Amino acid sequence: MTGKAERMTGARAFVECLYRENVEIIFGYPGGVLLPIYDELYDAHLHHLLVRHEQAAVHAAEGYARATGKVGVCLATSGPGATNLVTGIANAYMDSIPMVAFTGQVPSSMLGNDAFQEADITGITMPITKHNYLVQDVKDLPRIIKEAFHIASTGRPGPVLVDIPKDITTDELDFVYPDTVELRGYKPTFKGNAQQVKRAASVIKGAKRPVIYAGGGVIGSEASKELLAFAEKLKAPVTTTLTGIGGFPNDNELYLGMPGMHGTKYANYAIQESDVLIAVGVRFDDRVTGKTTSFAPNAKVIHIDIDPAEISKIIKVDVPIVGDAKQILGALLEHVSECDTKDWLNKIATWKRDFPLFYVNRNDVIKPQYILEQISEVCPDAIIVTEVGQHQMWAAQYFNYKEPRTFISSGGLGTMGYGFPAAIGAKLGRPDKIVVDVSGDGSFQMNSQEMATIVQNNIPIIIAIFNNGYLGMVRQWQALFFEHRYSHTTIENSVDFVKLAEAYGAMGIRVTKPSEVKAAIEKAVEANGPVLIDFVIEREENVSPMVPAGAAINEILDLEDIQ
Amino acid sequence: MRHTLAVLVENKYGVLARVSGLFSRRGFNIDSLAVGITEDPTTSRMTIIVSGDDHVLEQVMKQLNKLIDVIRVIDLSSEEFVERELALIKVNADASNRAEIIQIVDIFRARIIDVASKSVTIEVTGDVEKIKAIQTLLKPFGIKEMARTGIVALNRGSKSP
Repeated sequence: MTGKAERMTGARAFVECLYRENVEIIFGYPGGVLLPIYDELYDAHLHHLLVRHEQAAVHAAEGYARATGKVGVCLATSGPGATNLVTGIANAYMDSIPMVAFTGQVPSSMLGNDAFQEADITGITMPITKHNYLVQDVKDLPRIIKEAFHIASTGRPGPVLVDIPKDITTDELDFVYPDTVELRGYKPTFKGNAQQVKRAASVIKGAKRPVIYAGGGVIGSEASKELLAFAEKLKAPVTTTLTGIGGFPNDNELYLGMPGMHGTKYANYAIQESDVLIAVGVRFDDRVTGKTTSFAPNAKVIHIDIDPAEISKIIKVDVPIVGDAKQILGALLEHVSECDTKDWLNKIATWKRDFPLFYVNRNDVIKPQYILEQISEVCPDAIIVTEVGQHQMWAAQYFNYKEPRTFISSGGLGTMGYGFPAAIGAKLGRPDKIVVDVSGDGSFQMNSQEMATIVQNNIPIIIAIFNNGYLGMVRQWQALFFEHRYSHTTIENSVDFVKLAEAYGAMGIRVTKPSEVKAAIEKAVEANGPVLIDFVIEREENVSPMVPAGAAINEILDLEDIQ
Repeated sequence: MRHTLAVLVENKYGVLARVSGLFSRRGFNIDSLAVGITEDPTTSRMTIIVSGDDHVLEQVMKQLNKLIDVIRVIDLSSEEFVERELALIKVNADASNRAEIIQIVDIFRARIIDVASKSVTIEVTGDVEKIKAIQTLLKPFGIKEMARTGIVALNRGSKSP
């Protein structure tokens, strides 16, 4: 411990702790039990963004964390404020995003009495946080906050919740911020075992058909440079999962696109025919593996992951290396040399030629894929944030990503309504970047109230609504597997999005013709403010190709085949 | 397969909920659970008996290790270990059969810790089989109530893993 102890309230200490953790922005919404903390925030030297719904605060904190690599911070009051964070906390947990969520709580003396606005948020969030705390003594507050940031950002990152009863914020303590944390039960492995690295290198040495399957762990550990060097040294092709997009430059000839259900055919074929599969920072999600018993049937599997619990959880692994992806790829680089992959790369080139990602463009109706190609052209360096559904898959397929942290999407949990608030967080974290929320007309309506937030604070975000009047992804499944019985997926004419934007004081643009698409995007970029573009698109366009649920991933079909 | 896990945890509120939650979320039934503080008052030891598929159990152990408040997880079943449980059994007893009950108690090296006009309360310590055996023998007299501590276990030999 360093520094002279200063006497102060818990609320004041809370703000001091945020200073010590170099927090520059928190996303929050006030409430009764938070009054002492909000009073301190009134003249604190950090940015607090007032949202319009706590769910937006937690998604925005996550978007900020994903765009910057720093810990996202959100704050909500007790009871409903706290429970409104739950979806976003679960989202961050599934995608391993560093976040600290603070909640107010009723006074300690009233805990468990069903007091006004009381909810057992530590109990509720136990299965969806990396760890959580209920502060019982104001003296513990600095230590707990220090630990929370440490736990959230190290090892496999994740959300940590700190629940602060109101009396803790008014009680006084002698404030000293600890320099170190002491957690006996928390010692994540960072450095990969040297023997395992050598074993992996010897497996790679004989590979004729290697494939690198990289995921969110590459983004989280800032390992994209090492990944590029590793792939180029081996001459091995690379596929990146949804959360790994941006971890490998899409225009590199070794790039295979995304694997799995809506991946490219050639990524899936390559995995299935590989003899060595090098999995880096991935968790063999069912959307990637399809039928697990026939996933990469001939491959020796090397799995690099920070979390030992991911090893052999889904797929039996031959060479596990537990540790940080950046460190391990760096170590592996010294032990590997070029593989003889000339024939393999030729075969992949043939697949790429014969089975490309494709759509049939038209000039009378807007194709969603065309919009993404135009966004890619007008603002190639933008951060693309998505909601969940068809538009999300098109955004994963048709934008040319070059850098990590430029594609932000809800992967594991698949949270509709995530993208818009996450875009707010991303923009505040990276004000230098153009941020586009690629949205569906369904998803956008789940958090559209945040229009007020971006207008009030003049946050320049381009909201691109891919408006087909359907809950499109569910409609697609109904079309394919439920005889076109569109049960409760039709939402056409539910709202005039342009007027909605204007009601909030934002710019609204409606685009109905393909010829107007590019100009609208250019206009939105130029406006440099809150802009909503309502793209009226082909209503029944499907996401293609597709692996039917439960099938092996090489049984991937173009949608014409399925229909 | 039946596994005996020793889980060393921080002696803090909420730890039991965190640990038991991991089991219940995976549909794992805990056969026996005993918790108490150890030689170090900041550390508690949970002894958990579970039966289940080895692959699932491996996952549970890894997930337990991920809990911040869990210091160590040891699968005692992978080596030689001793286990004991204590049971209190209240049995119907009167002058006519009390002697017979005392005989059973002696054979099992159990103890009578309370005597009333119509019952006796017996304390017995042992492994699961022993407790099952005395329970079977006492059943004909009429067991009024029974309480068990759950199994606690240590590995054999002088090393502490």
